[in-house]
Amino acid sequence: MSEKNKDSQWPLWEVFVQSEQGGPHIHAGSVHAPDPEMALQNARDVYSRRNEAISLWVVPSVSITATMPSDQGPFFDPASDKIYRHPQFYHVPKGLK
Amino acid sequence: MKLDNNVKNALFEFLLRMGDDRLILGHRLSEWCGHAPVIEEDIALGNIALDLIGQASAFLNFAAGVEGKGRTEDDLAYFRNETEFKNLQLVEQPNVDFAHTIVRQYFFDVYSNLVLTNLTSCPVNELAGMASKSLKESKYHLRHSKQWLLRLGDGTDLSNEKTQNAVNNLWRFTKEIFDIDETEKLLIEKGIVPEMSGFREKWLDSINKTFMEAKLKLPEDNLDFSAGSRNGFHTEHLGHLLAEMQILARSYPGAKW
Repeated sequence: MSEKNKDSQWPLWEVFVQSEQGGPHIHAGSVHAPDPEMALQNARDVYSRRNEAISLWVVPSVSITATMPSDQGPFFDPASDKIYRHPQFYHVPKGLK
Repeated sequence: MKLDNNVKNALFEFLLRMGDDRLILGHRLSEWCGHAPVIEEDIALGNIALDLIGQASAFLNFAAGVEGKGRTEDDLAYFRNETEFKNLQLVEQPNVDFAHTIVRQYFFDVYSNLVLTNLTSCPVNELAGMASKSLKESKYHLRHSKQWLLRLGDGTDLSNEKTQNAVNNLWRFTKEIFDIDETEKLLIEKGIVPEMSGFREKWLDSINKTFMEAKLKLPEDNLDFSAGSRNGFHTEHLGHLLAEMQILARSYPGAKW
């Protein structure tokens, strides 16, 4: 993160695009901009110029707390090796619809 | 809608003005491609250029139809000479720097929003349709140029100085925007173009408000400069622009790519 922000440009913003009503805002990429309004405009021009969006969010990249690659094992692995954590593990009792 | 010949001619003229403004300004903005201060702005200016060229294409295509002499929008764009272009002198002015580009754009966007809003209630359906489609784009263009103007004017001493300089240089091209000549009078009288009186006041009012916020000064009113671009009088810059814009189509007529 710190390396990424060391450039001499404007602050970085992450862009989230919603493409249909009720759908999620999905991360599309990032833009540089001096302030929120300009970040929205840049996001519109870079990520929605061909009609991809009905709503846009921009978030200062520094506000995002993210996992580190080294977290991968402790964070995510325990979920995948215990099949009884998944609903498919359990059989639906007979007679239940 | 059945139109008399003189009304038809006037409508053709009016459509040329609308189309040429957008074609020439679009071309000017396209010159920024690959040269803008940051890549996001490069894309933004390119988008606006494409919007304007799309609008120009619609207006000129309709103009060619109204004229009824078998010309196409491409004939109008690429095979007319300088004196046959009816765009405002404002839009042919060179980019100079980013401040000039933004000030020119802002002056045009405020005007364009007024005209297009007005035309949405025009009884010629094609024209009303084009206006409301263009208006959506134009509203965004205005938001873009206004936000930049606020930041450049009320930014650093240097950005303020450059922007004020651009305002002072471009101001004299703004008076003719609101000249209403026989062509427009006839169209207004026939109810084809809605009444346009009071536009200059509305335009000035918007400019004033933004300038106050942007810490920019309105230049002294020395507007005895009436340019006549609507009749084909232009500054030296248009010829150079056309040479570049038209050379391909003229060197290889009918070329496809």
